[in-house]
Amino acid sequence: MHKHEDCRHLLDSLSGYHDGELPQELCDEIELHMKDCDNCRIVIDTLGKTISLYQTTSEEVTVPDDVRQRLFHRLDLDEFFNL
Amino acid sequence: MINDKAQQSEALEALREGDRAEFAQLVEQYSPMIYRLGLKMLNNPQDAEDILQETFIKAYKHIDKFDGRSSVSTWLYRIATNEALMSLRKKRPDTVSFDVPSIYESEPQEPLQIVDWCCMPEEEYLTAEGRMRLDQAAERLPESLRIVFVLRDIESLSTRETAEVLDISEMAVKTRLSRARLRLREDLSTYYGKLVEKG
Repeated sequence: MHKHEDCRHLLDSLSGYHDGELPQELCDEIELHMKDCDNCRIVIDTLGKTISLYQTTSEEVTVPDDVRQRLFHRLDLDEFFNL
Repeated sequence: MINDKAQQSEALEALREGDRAEFAQLVEQYSPMIYRLGLKMLNNPQDAEDILQETFIKAYKHIDKFDGRSSVSTWLYRIATNEALMSLRKKRPDTVSFDVPSIYESEPQEPLQIVDWCCMPEEEYLTAEGRMRLDQAAERLPESLRIVFVLRDIESLSTRETAEVLDISEMAVKTRLSRARLRLREDLSTYYGKLVEKG
């Protein structure tokens, strides 16, 4: 029970922990907790993986040529399209 | 840094004077980020294209109102975000408003899916089905959380910049980002967890 309360207490800090923006003291507390708590370790690991998957797929997004062409045309910038 | 500022100020002046070449350069530079934001918010290429066009039309029309206190990118993100949220509301007028997200900020959703799916071979994550699941999970987020996730984790804006774009506090950005990430993790765990269990 006590351990479960710790998990709840830390849940809101996991996002900040991932971003490295927590005070050292809280980071130490989370790391100590994770040594004994597989569930929290799994949550933080899969949280990081979730973010990284979205970042990977987003990096692949480019503006398709036809979309870019229609954009320049709509903005009356055709003369600059191929520059 | 000083040169950057001086260059930005010169570019801004040229834009205000209606310099078409300068505007074309702005469009070229910032199109990818605006298109990506539209795509991730609406999950539909045609809607993303509409947002892209409307953002630059509005930017051109209102360039005289841009005072240069924020960066050009923050200003464009703000226009694009408003366009995306308006488009979402037109499509689903009954969805929760961006301005009343308190229900999503009160309590974090407790993780229910505890399966370690971090260590599959890389190629198994981003299959066609995996990509579809990622899009669906993002689409299921309430718009107030989705936009924060898109700006922070996809567009890599800082907490302060995100707060500025959305006109909310930095604390609200952090809370919404945490809720968004935990919900996405939960949603993806259902899919990837099953893959791991299948072996």
